[in-house]
Amino acid sequence: MAEKGWAVLAGLLRANAQEIVNEWVRLQRQDLALRNNLLKAGELEQQCRDFIELLSRALETGGGANVNTSDTWAPVRDFLSGISRSRARQGFSPTETATFVFSLKQPVFDVLRKNVAAEELTDRAWDITTLLDALGLYTTETYQKGREEIIARQQQELLELSTPVVQLWEGVLALPLIGTLDSARTQVVMESLLQTIVDTGSEIAIIDITGVPVVDTLVAQHLLKTVAAARLMGADCIISGIRPQIAQTIVHLGVEINDVITKATLADAFAIALKRAGLAVVRKASAGRAAGAAE
Amino acid sequence: MEQRIPILKMGRFLLVSIQVDMDDRTAMTLQDDLTAQIVKHRARGVLIDISSLDVVDSFIGRMLANTAAMARILDADTVVVGMQPSVAITLVELGLSLKGVRSALNVERGMELLRSIAEGGESEAEPTDADREE
Repeated sequence: MAEKGWAVLAGLLRANAQEIVNEWVRLQRQDLALRNNLLKAGELEQQCRDFIELLSRALETGGGANVNTSDTWAPVRDFLSGISRSRARQGFSPTETATFVFSLKQPVFDVLRKNVAAEELTDRAWDITTLLDALGLYTTETYQKGREEIIARQQQELLELSTPVVQLWEGVLALPLIGTLDSARTQVVMESLLQTIVDTGSEIAIIDITGVPVVDTLVAQHLLKTVAAARLMGADCIISGIRPQIAQTIVHLGVEINDVITKATLADAFAIALKRAGLAVVRKASAGRAAGAAE
Repeated sequence: MEQRIPILKMGRFLLVSIQVDMDDRTAMTLQDDLTAQIVKHRARGVLIDISSLDVVDSFIGRMLANTAAMARILDADTVVVGMQPSVAITLVELGLSLKGVRSALNVERGMELLRSIAEGGESEAEPTDADREE
């Protein structure tokens, strides 16, 4: 009985494909009135026609059961994944994306009403409703997944972007930290700093925390770990860019950072680093005279 | 056959280069040999090169700290050189900061450090103090 029901549906879909597509496209245009600029007319119609084709083929071969798992429905699922991913990228909202499937109900019901006997109508309507609901939910789910993938990728990119180790001078490294330090970032920061220390043979590393918005006990602990690891390898760390509020927070929290050299600005830290390396910055004699003459 | 790590004498300093994976027994033998050699040669400094060590466990970490403490009692300074980043991270995560052990990036700088300590004597034990007081 159920099998026959699906076959009837598939037959109806195929026979009235053009009519359904026209009505379906019209409804979607109505719903997405503001989004017309995002989708070309031909594109939407093509998508609708492809979907009807895939849907009727799946109904003919396997019926409407196990939409989310069975192999018969794999082409339909792939097609919907593609649609929801591309809509997520184009900036459609989840509702608008799911509307693609849900708005198919009305044209299909119209066709059913015209072609199916009254006693069977409720059963067929129920079948197509459950089927389209399952597919619609699947669309929303993939939409969500697509968004999550984008977020994960951006996080990864942020992680890589935000930890550059720069060489200020021969034997002097600087690590300008920007953003909040969590365990995962500390790990990346620590590894790249230590590796650069090995690669360049630098003995002094300046960790600048001007761009770190908040320093709590955890962040302080992470910083101290990095300093301790660098020290074990034979390099000294200077922490610079400590803002007044952060100095207050560190003292109020009772964090012990007495073993570490701390400076208020990167310039001070660099001066210490140069002094340790036995270098000095001097004003050129001629530049000094020019400045004197100008006064 | 028991593995032994060679200890080389360079002037008043001893040079130990660990080129093999250390097991606990090797570590203990090294500690015995090293203390004996410090006394025998009246060494002023010990340089331990661990640049070939990829893996360090808590036992080896403690052994290094203990060796430094023993050498200190025998009036010799210890410098550990060439620690790999992964090893440094492991030791920090294990909570071993190797207090009392000095470190340098490579053997050359380690020797320089030992010489400056030997020349400067005890008063210059903490070279960073001067910077901090500024």
